[in-house]
Amino acid sequence: MSDYRITGETGEWEVVVGLEVHAQVVSNAKLFSGASATYGGQPNEHVSLIDAAMPGMLPVLNGEAVAQAVRTGLGLQAKINLFSRFDRKNYFYADLPQGYQITQFEFPIVGTGLVKTELPDGTAAQVGITRLHLEQDAGKSLHDQDPKRSFIDLNRAGVALMEIVSEPDIRSPEEAGAYLRKLRQILRYLGTCDGNMEEGSMRADVNVSVRKPGEDYRTRCEIKNVNSVRFVMQAIEAEARRQVEVWEAGGTVDQQTLAFDHVKNETRPLRSKEDAHDYRYFPEPDLLPLQITQEWVDGLKAALPELPEEKRARLEGDYGVTPYESGVLTAEQPVADFYEATVWGPDFASHKGQKAPEDIARLAANWMLGDFFAALNRTGTHVENSPVSALALRELLSLILDKTINGKIAKEVFETMVERGVAGKPTSAKAIVDEKGLRQVTDTGAIEREIDAVLAANADKVAEYKSGKDKLFGFFVGQTMKAMKGKANPAMVNELLKQKLS
Amino acid sequence: MTNSTATSTKPTKLTDHTLASARDGLRNKDFTALELTNAFLDAIERLDGQINSFITRTPEQARQAARQADEAIAKGQAKALTGIPLGIKDLFATKGVRTTAASRILGDFTPPYESTVTQNLLDDGAVFLGKLNLDEFAMGSTNLTSAFGGVENPWKRHGSDAKLVPGGSSGGSAAAVAAGLCLGATGTDTGGSIRQPAAYCGITGIKPTYGRCSRFGQIAFASSLDQAGPMARTLQDCAILLESMAGFDPKDATSVNQPVPRYEAALGRSIKGMKIGIPREYRVPGMPADIDKLWQEAASWLKAAGAEVVDISLPHTKHALPTYYIAALAEASSNLARYDGVRYGMRAERPSLDEMYEATRAEGFGEEVKRRILLGTHVLSSGYYDAYYLRAQKVRTLIQRDFLRAFEEVDVILTPTAPSGAFAWDEKPTDPVQMYLNDVFTVPASLAGVPALSLPGGLDSQGVPLGLQLIGRFFGEEDIIAAGHVVEQAAAFATTPKGRPALHASH
Repeated sequence: MSDYRITGETGEWEVVVGLEVHAQVVSNAKLFSGASATYGGQPNEHVSLIDAAMPGMLPVLNGEAVAQAVRTGLGLQAKINLFSRFDRKNYFYADLPQGYQITQFEFPIVGTGLVKTELPDGTAAQVGITRLHLEQDAGKSLHDQDPKRSFIDLNRAGVALMEIVSEPDIRSPEEAGAYLRKLRQILRYLGTCDGNMEEGSMRADVNVSVRKPGEDYRTRCEIKNVNSVRFVMQAIEAEARRQVEVWEAGGTVDQQTLAFDHVKNETRPLRSKEDAHDYRYFPEPDLLPLQITQEWVDGLKAALPELPEEKRARLEGDYGVTPYESGVLTAEQPVADFYEATVWGPDFASHKGQKAPEDIARLAANWMLGDFFAALNRTGTHVENSPVSALALRELLSLILDKTINGKIAKEVFETMVERGVAGKPTSAKAIVDEKGLRQVTDTGAIEREIDAVLAANADKVAEYKSGKDKLFGFFVGQTMKAMKGKANPAMVNELLKQKLS
Repeated sequence: MTNSTATSTKPTKLTDHTLASARDGLRNKDFTALELTNAFLDAIERLDGQINSFITRTPEQARQAARQADEAIAKGQAKALTGIPLGIKDLFATKGVRTTAASRILGDFTPPYESTVTQNLLDDGAVFLGKLNLDEFAMGSTNLTSAFGGVENPWKRHGSDAKLVPGGSSGGSAAAVAAGLCLGATGTDTGGSIRQPAAYCGITGIKPTYGRCSRFGQIAFASSLDQAGPMARTLQDCAILLESMAGFDPKDATSVNQPVPRYEAALGRSIKGMKIGIPREYRVPGMPADIDKLWQEAASWLKAAGAEVVDISLPHTKHALPTYYIAALAEASSNLARYDGVRYGMRAERPSLDEMYEATRAEGFGEEVKRRILLGTHVLSSGYYDAYYLRAQKVRTLIQRDFLRAFEEVDVILTPTAPSGAFAWDEKPTDPVQMYLNDVFTVPASLAGVPALSLPGGLDSQGVPLGLQLIGRFFGEEDIIAAGHVVEQAAAFATTPKGRPALHASH
């Protein structure tokens, strides 16, 4: 889908996009203070003396935030810089208590890396990562609490952010969306960022320019703080359209900072050039340069969780699922865990790298992509608080495999399990089968008796069948199953019917 | 040069004690901590109206602490500083006590926290008499930039009543110690702010190795240079104080995790075979003859004690001052950005945020601080960063290298502390650059981060004290204390400022 083009009066235009994603680090404390980094809370509830920049306070680097940045770098197949340094970026703003932001400018902790993406149509693409650096977040101005004054909430001030900067490798809104989703998936797998865009723990600055295909880059504009994948895609479209119009009208696109208004679906200038900041960066003198060892990085690497790519390949190889199924099953780690627990039981991790029994692996994949997800959607639940646990589903599937019930009865049992799970009374498949007397009948004699009765009651249809109306076979199966309340083993019904009718 | 010999160890007045002798007196129960504290509170009451060394006095708190000290002594639980009355430079945050940095912009700021250095002193039983005056945000060489008025040096020139400056920025600390208003004081040194005022006021001060004392709770001027240190009448007193102040602090990422030696034990250590370097670049043109003479004399005292004196070179010395002013002011402009009127301190109410910032900072900061913020902002601004800040960083490395090389050859470097003795308030140079030259001998050691001390060597022809500086290698505090002690003994500086009794002894 790299052939995304905007058609203007002068022909086709290509869009060039690079993203700067701010991802909040999952950690108990802020980047340079012991204050909680929890989202929410009363204004200024999570603020230490350091975050409020009280006189004489000094930053102390949170080692876990550094580890999280390194893990993320490893997940992005990036170069980890053993030497990095913090710098001060100086500017005045009411919600920036120190009057400067501590960030990494010249020497970031993570260098170039790569994210492999997949577009909805299955096309593979890749986006280069320029760098990842650690920095502290600013606070928040509250403008709606008082008619005359603004208030400042410093709960976010000092929270650790990873700024992940991509190369301008993105050529369409869809690619941007795919990149963001993939990045979020990787961060969530790593447990380094919860990727929750609504709570602002992941937000993107979008750099957009347009050009005639084959040209050099033209001037780019930066759309600040876009907080959903959908808005990022819309903003790119809107901004690219705007730029094409400007160029085609004979104008020049000025480099500027924009905001995206998703209601009006347009970008608009955030600040003018006259306010352009001279940030006056210099090395943060309150912190020594950050030096980490290769051994430490190797240790983090060894303890890294399996990432989506690897997991996908493994599920396809060891479980025989299709690429489509593996994509769905690995979209979120808890889903993959649920699937593997359904196949192997609770100690699924110990089976890593083993071929799964094909019958249950296939059955579990079918069930999850079918009835299971449908039930989650219907009940508004998520895999982690599913009304039916992986073990309960596993038991249900095992009842199918050992022929205690057939697939049709299993659906009925599953629905009962969902109902009871939602009601807070989870019941095992076996209990429901027993309770409702749903055990499959595999007694040849019993099935034969019912078949005989069905054939006797439909002598005319038997005659039609014998005269060549093959389609009626299904009718006889249905009648037999109905007579046996669906509990007959369908394969045996088929086989015995064939014998009787031949 | 007035050399007098101590003849008695029993001062007639409590305020005549050194910190060490007061410590012994308290333990021998010659007097109580409350008596000692009251004696100093009385002295402050009587003399500080003129000297103006205290911004905030805390007599109630001091008496309370003294009573606790007496209880501890009675129980035999005296610690290193139990019952010792000290003054605290008003750059250290003190819990529940107004902390101003001598600036209007902090208003009535009263921190809910204690700086690590002052906490260490309190943990050792010290009694705080109050907060001492300084140059605003520790910026200045005269202590005339304080929003609370200038401090007067207790010393006078022969036959003159002219008010002399105490030096800066720890001028309040130096003057209070010299005038006998406390037994010791904390100072901070960024480019010489402990050593230069110690020299001007005839007392002793140590700027320890950068990282030796925590900067937590110390209001920042230039983070990569600021270092707390002790100021007192004698080297022994400084050693006792430094031992208490120093130490690793997990709250300061630049503090060094190394055990604190027993500095007091370095006093009297033999300096036989020690190599003393005399840097030729410190012989600046126009240096007063008194200072040159004292410098040579000090070298001969060290030689007489068995040290070897050698000429050395610190080739980048002449670049130290401009380098210092670029590095320090760049950091200062950033460190002082937090005083924006939003969260604490004074605020000038204005309709918009930008106007509020501008008015708050315009009204809150004094001239010198504003000048330095402007310079610091300028050297960091785009288009000038490479020419100034980056270049200064490189030169700073060269200056550090000068010292590292020199210390391959020598153990201690001996220089004067300042190019002159204290000058009068009205002789203050109007040209700020001329003013900055006061720091010319102290700044290089600050840029290098190495320890240095100043002690009084004698008096100039007009009868005001002159200081000698000893510079050591990283964490070489014990070397400079040992060598300094030899100089101190030989100089036998016992002259006291006019208007107050003898420091060490009656004679």
